[in-house]
Amino acid sequence: MIVDLAIITVKAALVLFMVLNLAGILGWIERKGSALIQDRIGANRASIFGFAGLGLVNTLIADPLKFLTKEDFIPPAGDKFLHMLAPCMALFPALVTFAVIPFGDVLHLGDRVINLQVAHLNVGILYVFAMGSLGVYGIVIGAWASNNKFSLLGGVRGSAQMISYEIAMGLSVIGVLMIYGTLELQEIVRGQATLIGALLPSWLSFMHPLIGWLPAWGIFLQPLAFLLFFTAAVAETKRIPFDLPEGESELVAGYHVEYSGGKFLMFFAGEFAEIVTVAGLVTTLFFGGWQIPYLLRDGFHFPWGGQWLLPQIAVVFLQVGAFTVKVFFFCWLQILLRWTVPRFRYDQVMRLGWKMLLPLALMNIVVTALWIVAWQ
Amino acid sequence: MAGKDLTPPATQGVARPLENPIQWFHAASSVVSGKWQCRSMDMASVIFYLLATLLVISSLLVVFLRNVVHCAMALVTALLIVAVLFVTLHAPMVGILQVMVYAGAIMVLFLFVIMFLNPVELERRRGVWWGFGTILAVMLACVLTPMFIIDESPANPLAATESFGSPEMLAKSLFNEFVLPFEIASVLLLVAIIGAVVLAKREH
Amino acid sequence: MVALHHYLILSAVIFAIGVIGVLIRRNLIVVLMSIELMLNAVNLTFIAFSRYLGSADGQVSVFFVMAVAAAEAVIGLAIIISVFRHRQSLDPQEMQLLKW
Repeated sequence: MIVDLAIITVKAALVLFMVLNLAGILGWIERKGSALIQDRIGANRASIFGFAGLGLVNTLIADPLKFLTKEDFIPPAGDKFLHMLAPCMALFPALVTFAVIPFGDVLHLGDRVINLQVAHLNVGILYVFAMGSLGVYGIVIGAWASNNKFSLLGGVRGSAQMISYEIAMGLSVIGVLMIYGTLELQEIVRGQATLIGALLPSWLSFMHPLIGWLPAWGIFLQPLAFLLFFTAAVAETKRIPFDLPEGESELVAGYHVEYSGGKFLMFFAGEFAEIVTVAGLVTTLFFGGWQIPYLLRDGFHFPWGGQWLLPQIAVVFLQVGAFTVKVFFFCWLQILLRWTVPRFRYDQVMRLGWKMLLPLALMNIVVTALWIVAWQ
Repeated sequence: MAGKDLTPPATQGVARPLENPIQWFHAASSVVSGKWQCRSMDMASVIFYLLATLLVISSLLVVFLRNVVHCAMALVTALLIVAVLFVTLHAPMVGILQVMVYAGAIMVLFLFVIMFLNPVELERRRGVWWGFGTILAVMLACVLTPMFIIDESPANPLAATESFGSPEMLAKSLFNEFVLPFEIASVLLLVAIIGAVVLAKREH
Repeated sequence: MVALHHYLILSAVIFAIGVIGVLIRRNLIVVLMSIELMLNAVNLTFIAFSRYLGSADGQVSVFFVMAVAAAEAVIGLAIIISVFRHRQSLDPQEMQLLKW
């Protein structure tokens, strides 16, 4: 029993470590990536005794130190307790959501089977949506406690945007849940191991050579849901093109204008942790999570008959590595999106969420249901 | 197309140790009670009393704080603690719904309305009336409590299967026996939406 | 193991605290929040009984209570907003008399 609890602690510490470090590295990638896109050099001044460490010194050491040593200012007419509580409420859901995202299959240690996921909940993906709902509080309370009209305006816009896109996010995932038949994320990822050829009904068997060799990933079975979910998730995390709540040129940094120093760092880190979480969710639901095509638990089994058996440790490393690579890719994609697409106006954001994404998600559910009936 | 039958047979018989929070709770409970050799006060009771104390404190804060926004945050805390109590009572689906719906949507709506109406002055504390109301409520609690000390209640709760309180169980009930209330609930929510929009519109 | 009556007594206490809130507060929004507290106490009772009797009906009832509570909170807040527009106050004492 003690060993079991120790294993869970190690898994949780590992995931927390990975998310926080990735959030830090993403700060550097954002600055250098934006510099590349905008044809400039970016931040390159910080160094320790001349050792600049590829710019990582700048972000991982200098930036946090800069934030932590700034003066911590609480607006005198604002609400002191809520002002201190808001950044915690913004950071907490972003970190905790990663507990249900599986980063590997099973690991056999002796005669123990360890599921590489921090919490195997039977409500699975609903936990993610619940934590997304809690994320609204950081914005609302942060805006209110600052006693500042710009802040309040940014906060109200931000929370209205977040609750609108929560609906689109939830509905777009229902198609995926119907196809894999389960709410649990680890089972969804395991369900993506089969090849589409095994799922084709008899009257579609002529398409075997065309698509039968593809693995049953969410992106092939539910492409519209992927687009809807990705858009809604980027809007939920208030990244550009949806970042009017913190609009840098219009609202003077919106709901976190009165925060400086360590509290701003918490908001900032929360936003980057949410980027990692969205990337993790998109890979789990639509891109096979830790699956590499044709890699099963004992090695590669190619559809043309070849096999390449591997020891179990190698398979686990490959799976965790594949997951990490996919998460990196989607983090990079969101950063690229930020520096490429211009910002939406607020009424355009609301119109997109309610009048375009919501009906499309509902239509996706109906079409998926009809498709499932036809495939049986 | 369900993904459930894709588990390779090799791992189906092996016990998977401790994967979800309900199992962690009972494992921790048995570990600690085993070590402490204490029969009346095991870990489950300790956790229950801790949660109960926090819940009572947050409810008192909801009722007795003077700043409305602080009351709302205390209520959010109380709702989250109730969700944790649901999870310890083998109702994880209802617990997650409590967080998603109650703490995540209804209380955000409360906060919106509070910010919209913008109450600035704190409420005056009226000592006599607050004392009188408190005494009435304490009397209510004293009347209710003896009714609940049932000696015939099962001290050992019925052994819950793995799927008790899971989404599948809830869904089976909702779509078989309770399908009519389910449909009526959706009509009710539609009526509530229309009513709220009509009531809160500015008249021209 | 926690016996059933512990949960029931906790529910009774939370319900009574909600009653205090409805009786003594002079702010309509806090009154509505106390009503939500009472509904949560009842939900706790339902779930405790559902666990101790091994029946799923308690959890389904909580599902419906939550839906009704959401609808009621929405309508209550809309009424509060519309009343506030007319009386410019959230104090129930100011709303005792009809317009003359």
